[in-house]
Amino acid sequence: MLLIGFAILAFLAILSAATVVTHRNPVVCALALAFHLVAIAGFYLLLDAQFIALLQVIVYAGAIMVLVLFVVMLLNLPDEMRGRPSGPLQRFLGPVLALLFAAILAQAFLRFPGIFRAKEAGFGTVESVGRELYGRFFYPFEVVSLLLVVAMVGAVLLAKRKV
Amino acid sequence: MEPRILLLVSAVIFTLGVAGVLLRRGAITILMCIELMLNAANLAFIAFARQFNHAEGQVYVFFVMTLAAAEAAVGLGIVIALFRLRETTDVDEINLLKW
Amino acid sequence: MFEIVVTLVKLGVVVGALMGAVSVMTWVERRVSAWIQDRYGPNRVGPFGLFQPIADGVKFIMKEDITPADAHKPLYTLAPALAMIPALCAFAVIPFGPTVEILGRTVDLVIVNLNGGVLFAFAAASLGVYGIVCAGWSSRNKYSLMGGLRSSAQMISYELALTLSVMGVVLVAGTLRPTEIVEQQGGWFWNWNAFRGGWQLLGFLIFVIAGYAETNRAPFDLPEAESELVAGYHTEYSSMKFAMFFMSEYINMVTSASLAVTLFLGGWQIGFPVPLEGWPLWGLQILAFLVKVSFFLFLFVWVRWTLPRFRYDHLMNLGWKALFPLALANVMATALLVALGVVGR
Repeated sequence: MLLIGFAILAFLAILSAATVVTHRNPVVCALALAFHLVAIAGFYLLLDAQFIALLQVIVYAGAIMVLVLFVVMLLNLPDEMRGRPSGPLQRFLGPVLALLFAAILAQAFLRFPGIFRAKEAGFGTVESVGRELYGRFFYPFEVVSLLLVVAMVGAVLLAKRKV
Repeated sequence: MEPRILLLVSAVIFTLGVAGVLLRRGAITILMCIELMLNAANLAFIAFARQFNHAEGQVYVFFVMTLAAAEAAVGLGIVIALFRLRETTDVDEINLLKW
Repeated sequence: MFEIVVTLVKLGVVVGALMGAVSVMTWVERRVSAWIQDRYGPNRVGPFGLFQPIADGVKFIMKEDITPADAHKPLYTLAPALAMIPALCAFAVIPFGPTVEILGRTVDLVIVNLNGGVLFAFAAASLGVYGIVCAGWSSRNKYSLMGGLRSSAQMISYELALTLSVMGVVLVAGTLRPTEIVEQQGGWFWNWNAFRGGWQLLGFLIFVIAGYAETNRAPFDLPEAESELVAGYHTEYSSMKFAMFFMSEYINMVTSASLAVTLFLGGWQIGFPVPLEGWPLWGLQILAFLVKVSFFLFLFVWVRWTLPRFRYDHLMNLGWKALFPLALANVMATALLVALGVVGR
């Protein structure tokens, strides 16, 4: 049962990721990415990480992607054309490096056999993540909030017409 | 249900993200492919957090999401500023500093 | 097995009630607006015009469905569904009744009793932006695009104030489960979250105002105002697709009203002790929930036809420079009180 849900979600996630990478219209790419983010949130739910799944939908799919969509629509970007054809060096190096990359990822895949252990009660709940966040990770939490302020100010300054 | 399969999915999505960054021409689309890579990493984090039953992986995902938000905001600000100057977001056209 | 059947029945009841509420709301809107404007509303179609929603439904089905030749067809067709689905989903975590006993087993009268239930409602609200943005862009019409972008910018701006205003309640209640939040508001009506404990009146007010902005209603409906942008993001839509946008707006209203009732006004709690037990008590509690939600829906209509609409820059100023700092101050004050042990658990 879980496996069927997982298979469907994996298919949807990979399909939408492929759409993001290949489709020529940037708006369709952005919407495909939003769909992909909701599919990943589905994965998190299957793994019992409820809080992170909801955060993913609220923050990533509900805020970041809306921002990206805004910018794409405001700039009225046209369909992307294909790039220039690549030279012989790239055509040789590209597949070689891709295979090397795949080999690195494959050996990581082969190194972790075994099934999931049983879930502890309280895994993935708001309380457990909150305790960890305000306990061990209190200092990074505060630093990240400072970073967000800096990013906000920076983004506003960059996008203003006249400083 | 094995963690390996989740790692495989994460690897596939990451590879798609890398391919997108290398192959696409629009600046915003490249940003979106970077988000794909970040999400693949997040999936791996959560898979391991579930495997070892601790909340640390989830906290890392929390921070990665926050950083992705900050990066998307600043990146889009840069793209807007660039668009105002060059009227295009094609990264091949933004080559004033080329030798 | 019992769980599955019960969940399906609850789903059917809730979706049926939501759709019924939508059609009743169209009638209520027209009659109440007529009452406010000192004229008759629809009064021909049935007694007091009660069958007007049926006439409206038939009209929508019979109308010609025009698609602009230039529109982006996949997104154009998908946008009404994208608007409708999150609106319906948000209701999944709202408890419309207490824990009852059916056939000897306890049943929570909520479709899904999530650990982070309040967050789920906000997640669904965040996803509701996509329908509007897609509709605005795919129509390939500058009025639609401007209307769609304005509307979604407004929605994501007020989402901040909305979420923060609820954080005060969450701090006082100590939990994100709506069922537990409602259960803590038992007893007399001064135990409701708006009055007791952290005195979340400010949070309540901010939630209601931000709720009006979230649902593109009342004084914040510039993006779909007729004199401004033709009809905003749904300019190019006709017949059933327009009806779906219309319905999703009303469903968002019902969800917003139900959330306000659940978090701030005690949900299904009656507000005074009632010497009943078992099903009469539970029926009365469900009725209390319905009465409170109906009052809020009436308030939505009342405010819409009373106040003039905000200009767009005033609207954004209000969201970012007034409501958001106020909501932040509310959270900080409540957090201080909770940390000092004065309120909450």
